[in-house]
Amino acid sequence: MFIATLGIFGMHDILQIGAFLIALIVLTPLLGNFMAKALNGERNFLTPVFGGLERWFYRICGIDPEREMDWKEYLLAVIAFSLVGLVVLWLLQVTQEYLPLNPQHLPNVSWDLAFNTAVSFMTNTNWQSYAGETTLSYFVQMAGLTVHNFVSAAAGMAVLLALVRGITRKSKEGLGNFWADLVRMTLYVLLPLSVILTLVLIGQGTVQTLSGYAHVTTLEGQKQVIAVGPAASQIAIKQLGTNGGGFFNANSAHPFENPTPLTNFLEVLSIILIASASVYMYGKMVGSARQGWVIWGVMLSVFCIMLSFSLYSEYSFHPPYVSTPSMEGKETRLGITNSILWEVTTTVTSNGSVNSMHDSLTPLSGMVGMLDMMFGEVIFGGIGSGLASMLLFVLLTVFIAGLMVGRTPEYLGKKIEAYEVKMSVIGVLAPGAAILIFTAIASITKVGLSSLNNGGPHGLSEILYAFTSGAANNGSAFAGLNANTVFYNVTMGFDMLIGRFVPIAAYLSVAGSLAKKKAVPPSAGTFPTDSALFGFLLIGVIIIVAALTFFPVLALGPIVEHFLMLAGKTF
Amino acid sequence: MLLVMTVFTGLIYPLVMTALGQIVFPEQANGSMIRINGKLVGSKLIGQNFTSDKYFWPRPSAIGYNPLPSGGSNYGPTSDTLKELVEMRRSEFIRSNGLSPNAKVPPDMLYASGSGLDPDISPESAELQIDRVARARGFDSLQTAALSKLVKSYTEKPQLGFLGDPVVNVLELNIALDSLR
Repeated sequence: MFIATLGIFGMHDILQIGAFLIALIVLTPLLGNFMAKALNGERNFLTPVFGGLERWFYRICGIDPEREMDWKEYLLAVIAFSLVGLVVLWLLQVTQEYLPLNPQHLPNVSWDLAFNTAVSFMTNTNWQSYAGETTLSYFVQMAGLTVHNFVSAAAGMAVLLALVRGITRKSKEGLGNFWADLVRMTLYVLLPLSVILTLVLIGQGTVQTLSGYAHVTTLEGQKQVIAVGPAASQIAIKQLGTNGGGFFNANSAHPFENPTPLTNFLEVLSIILIASASVYMYGKMVGSARQGWVIWGVMLSVFCIMLSFSLYSEYSFHPPYVSTPSMEGKETRLGITNSILWEVTTTVTSNGSVNSMHDSLTPLSGMVGMLDMMFGEVIFGGIGSGLASMLLFVLLTVFIAGLMVGRTPEYLGKKIEAYEVKMSVIGVLAPGAAILIFTAIASITKVGLSSLNNGGPHGLSEILYAFTSGAANNGSAFAGLNANTVFYNVTMGFDMLIGRFVPIAAYLSVAGSLAKKKAVPPSAGTFPTDSALFGFLLIGVIIIVAALTFFPVLALGPIVEHFLMLAGKTF
Repeated sequence: MLLVMTVFTGLIYPLVMTALGQIVFPEQANGSMIRINGKLVGSKLIGQNFTSDKYFWPRPSAIGYNPLPSGGSNYGPTSDTLKELVEMRRSEFIRSNGLSPNAKVPPDMLYASGSGLDPDISPESAELQIDRVARARGFDSLQTAALSKLVKSYTEKPQLGFLGDPVVNVLELNIALDSLR
């Protein structure tokens, strides 16, 4: 007898989610502890392996890892490094015809698509206007995209480290050395984990070859060309580095990217692992594990709420013309639960890889994905940038709590003053403004509307999802939208740049200002930030900011679509 | 710095991984290809189209099982086109498999997959196709019983006992079906 598992939420599904949460909880302190050591430049168990290499990196690039940078210098280094990366990646794409490792003889990429993809990978967004298997050569995938998967994640972590130093240092200018942070994150954290994950993925069936595509004759005598390539090495870092850009167009729904439920489990865990561990690392670095756990608890609570809501929508609602939950855009081997677990994980972190097509989810599930990103990628979020944005929310919460009791707000012994609050507000609101303005432009112009794949309110959702994903540096999509047009390639490019660099400038300016301050000892008027009460306040601030900014547009998109779907309306 | 990183993470890392993959897992690294009498007939992991009554059918695919490029339909639940497609697929599945007009058709046969290359169907969908395949092949009742057994033996349980849903790999089942006497 078969058990009819499709479409029914049962014990089996609870087990899979439970295993994911347990693995996350167990690995968070282990990896967090290691990262606190390795990223501080302390000796760790990998020093014998990578220590020599690290010093060689510094020597060949002429870097003194001990030289401190102030916030402006640090910001300049981040921007300069990113810009050079952007230009090089653009050049690689528009000249790929003349470069090696292009067995399918794919032509040069158009200027606008190359711009979009270069911005997308440099900003850790990994939005896919391109279709990997028909657009990009193996060389561009390896020497272009894979490199940015590493360094954009490492740069995100570097910025977080600078912010943490700003909080912990007293009366200093320096925030650390960007180059040293970049190298340590790449060598000690991203690379070892990627090597392990790559090997497991290959063992399970993910392809890793330099040969050209395979030509087969099917059992019924048809021709089929099967795209292969050096995929596993890129997929490993795409998940671990909260990047998300697929080797293949269908991303992690593609059986060569995500062949089995086991690879699915490991990939979805990799998406969130480093972001989660960095919260524990933060607690260690500021000298109080509780500070870290409270923020982590806030993140996990919101994560669980969003996951439950999305599962509820996907299992309970469907249009009246069918009697089961939808499998449109989902893979049989993964089923509904794994698709939704992935959807929520990939949107709360800024990963953006997908194992099901979000465009085909029920309206409220799709809204959960958007809302996750609209929170500002602070629920775990992107590597480094997620926690850094969360710390801006923490400062705002401390400020609001301070207003309520009428005292000067403090955070970890530092007075929070007008300058920090202003910068935090700019960092928090800039992506939201970009989302709404670009969405508005696209929804009232012909060139914006002509890319839609769905009518009615779902069309608005497609546009809204795209710009939300870009500004949040997420990269997942309602992929029905044909985003490979000059209009979308360019507007999305600027959307991603605003979403990346305005918040980074905010973190670093706050860090610079905090580092200069003297520490004040906690007094009776200090509002404790390691309590559950603070956690609730923080959740409140995050939800209120997102709700105030986005409720109107969500009401016009997914919410109205939900009711129209239940009424049996189609467009 | 970018140059050093490119050499290290963009060339050395993927090339070493390719070498290791090719040595340790040559089958999987090259796409889990299936050969019959030396001829490539497909990959275990990539679905292919079957339209003949003599074979088990895969899920609907938005790309007709052409992997260049992969992808889903991206139709939302309020899409007219999706509604028409689902209603057409339901009546077609019911008609060709001789089911009662009100039969519940498993959702994997009504909806296209995300990759367009889903190699699997649910065990329920395979079971509902047994009679059609047996008829088309002129099987007697003994052979039909053997076919039922075959479907059961090709049903893969959740990995490690709890990960993923049970599935039947369509290509592997159809290859085994061809050698069934």
